[in-house]
Amino acid sequence: MEQAPRDPERQLQPAPLEPLGHPDAGLQAAVSEEAEGARDEGSGEGTMTENNFWLKKIEINVSEAEKRTGRNAMNMQETYTAYLIETRSVEHTDGQSVLTDSLWRRYSEFELLRNYLLVYYPHIVVPPLPEKRAEFVWHKLSADNMDPDFVERRRIGLENFLLRVASHPILCRDKIFYLFLTQEGNWKETVNETGFQLKADSRLKALNATFRVKNPDKRFTELKHYSDELQSVISHLLRVRARVADRLYGVYKVHGNYGRVFSEWSAIEKEMGDGLQSAGHHMDVYASSIDDILEDEEHYADQLKEYLFYAEALRAVCRKHELMQYDLEMAAQDLASKKQQCEELATGTVRTFSLKGMTTKLFGQETPEQREARIKVLEEQISEGEQQLKSKNLEGREFVKNAWADIERFKEQKNRDLKEALISYAVMQISMCKKGIQVWTNAKECFSKM
Amino acid sequence: MDMNSFSPMMPTSPLSMINQVKFEDEPDLKDLFITVDEPESHVTTIETFITYRIITKTSRGEFDSSEFEVRRRYQDFLWLKGKLEEAHPTLIIPPLPEKFIVKGMVERFNDDFIETRRKALQKFLNRIADHPTLTFNEDFKVFLTAQAWELSSHKKQGPGLLSRMGQTVRAVALSMRGVKSRPEEFMEMNNFIEIFSQKINLIDKISQRIYKEEREYSDEMKEYGPIHVLWSASEEDLVDSLRGVARCLDQCCKATEKRMSGLSEALLPAVHEYVLYSEMVMGVMKRRDQIQAELDSKVEALTYKKADTDLLIEEIGKLEDKVECANNALKADWERWKHNMQNDIKSAFTDMAEENIHYYEQCLATWESFLASQTDLHMEETSEDKPESH
Repeated sequence: MEQAPRDPERQLQPAPLEPLGHPDAGLQAAVSEEAEGARDEGSGEGTMTENNFWLKKIEINVSEAEKRTGRNAMNMQETYTAYLIETRSVEHTDGQSVLTDSLWRRYSEFELLRNYLLVYYPHIVVPPLPEKRAEFVWHKLSADNMDPDFVERRRIGLENFLLRVASHPILCRDKIFYLFLTQEGNWKETVNETGFQLKADSRLKALNATFRVKNPDKRFTELKHYSDELQSVISHLLRVRARVADRLYGVYKVHGNYGRVFSEWSAIEKEMGDGLQSAGHHMDVYASSIDDILEDEEHYADQLKEYLFYAEALRAVCRKHELMQYDLEMAAQDLASKKQQCEELATGTVRTFSLKGMTTKLFGQETPEQREARIKVLEEQISEGEQQLKSKNLEGREFVKNAWADIERFKEQKNRDLKEALISYAVMQISMCKKGIQVWTNAKECFSKM
Repeated sequence: MDMNSFSPMMPTSPLSMINQVKFEDEPDLKDLFITVDEPESHVTTIETFITYRIITKTSRGEFDSSEFEVRRRYQDFLWLKGKLEEAHPTLIIPPLPEKFIVKGMVERFNDDFIETRRKALQKFLNRIADHPTLTFNEDFKVFLTAQAWELSSHKKQGPGLLSRMGQTVRAVALSMRGVKSRPEEFMEMNNFIEIFSQKINLIDKISQRIYKEEREYSDEMKEYGPIHVLWSASEEDLVDSLRGVARCLDQCCKATEKRMSGLSEALLPAVHEYVLYSEMVMGVMKRRDQIQAELDSKVEALTYKKADTDLLIEEIGKLEDKVECANNALKADWERWKHNMQNDIKSAFTDMAEENIHYYEQCLATWESFLASQTDLHMEETSEDKPESH
């Protein structure tokens, strides 16, 4: 994935994989190479897209957000925000981009898309959406979904989500995703028609499997622990960061009060007046500088939040594995017990308790014909069961192989992104320090001239 | 004894030592050095109180020795201040630290309170020592040199309590007569000090608030670094980056602590002293007004021929001298005070700005070194595994 150059300071960094970019940047998804290579991969059931679309490089922007009113499912008036998604294809030769599609979507449609992807690509670590409600707020930030700063950060988060999907070698080829970007009307119906909601595994089933599975792949168990730790540590970090931001805001803003008082005081001073007045001005500059600083930091927090939410995506893959493994174990167990029953019927020995055996004892032996019939049924079932077990086994191994490939991909992405994020945090701190040095040097000069 | 060296035992901070010398009208002639230290708690059946050790080093002839060590309690300082005000009603006597801090004090004698008071008491005595007139005051000398019993007996001399009270009552009555006859220059002075007092009070509050906010920021920062270390435990590939960030945050936290202590050492006490000083100056203005009012009332009496005119004329003559003396004393001292105030405020705020610059420079250095380490590593890594770029 490439990144359009932004301001000079950022250019000093090595070109990173940085989907969470500056608000005005359009980021490109160099999909073609990866898509080519991934053509034969995956057991996803999503339908394939037109190859033409993905052979060109595309640019996806969530460029605008707009407040709208409409009627919800209960036919009540509601206010919501709609986001404009613009897709451009970039010609190889001259690098010019042409707007190919442009439509409006709201957050709930993004959720629908993601839920669909979760069902059809259970072996993929599906990129998360930006948060539904503002969490880890510090006092200045509004927790209101309609707040312009929140909407702006959400716009960036949604763009990031689309870019993540578009740059994923398997997900990018999904037709529903393609339609999400290109077909405004009727898209919801199209998604629902896939019947994905019915295919989704019930939470209860998954929970049951998690508790009862006997031999899950150890790597998935470790991954689960890792994702729990990741979630816990990032939450903690975000909470503390919010408190630190709050306090820092306080320190800066109180200095602003100096400005006003110095100015009033300068009125009665002859020699000191000018120095006081201009020093006061610098105090005002200092106080107001914190707003931009903390806004930049919010973007950093959003980068961390993405990985906080990714933890849940990791857990989803682990859950699927546990479910499949449990299913496999149950099927194997069932087959074993049927085989046993069959053997007992054939040899006439009863080693295991069976209701039939009980009733036979109580109500009399069954006829040889009846016994033959039962053996035949069992043999059929065993044969079927063996086939099923074989295919489940195959499925399970395929799943593990593919999931693990995506997990490796995810790990590398995570390491790159987090390293970048930490570097960008350092850059922010450096900028803040430089501003501070400047303001206080100016103030010092004014003070020393008093 | 070498007068230009300070004994290493003296607890003066470099900043305050510099400040002391700055006040000097004639730096080369400073011949009286005073330190206040070693607060000690004394418990008697009636009360508990604190005494401070006062060491005086001097080369002056009128002192019997070149070094003195005495113990004084706050009450003694109050006595000294009272005597100075009595002897020089229109000179600006330095302020004493408050008797009690009104809000948030559970125990009168917690460590911060005692330390703040000690510094302020030292400042008080040095201000007097630097004052061209007050430095030669007899009571001041007694305060610095007399043993405890000597001081007690010295205190008992002088006008009694009742007569002092009488003066105060008369003074209040006279001041009620208004200030309509206040000369122009003193009107200006009054306007100035009223506004100054307002502003310096606000600045005092703002500065205290900044200290509080910095304290809270520092407390949160203490937790911030360690989380990154915790995280590094589950991330093999990010250990360097995370620990690096943790280190930077810890350094910044330390730098904040340093900034805070700079604030509490220098800016806060300096600003607060001027809060108290402005009250003193307003008091001095009132006393000047009272002296003038005395004259005015006698002059008025003369016009109405209320009493023996010859006696009145004689009294008026004396009072006119008194007023002239008082006015001249105040004018001179006012100039001196204003000059000092400007220097003190200027240096206090300049130092604060310097502390802030230093703070940001330290933080900058630590983050820059982290960034350097990361980008070097990063360059290596990305050139290895980066896919073909367009």
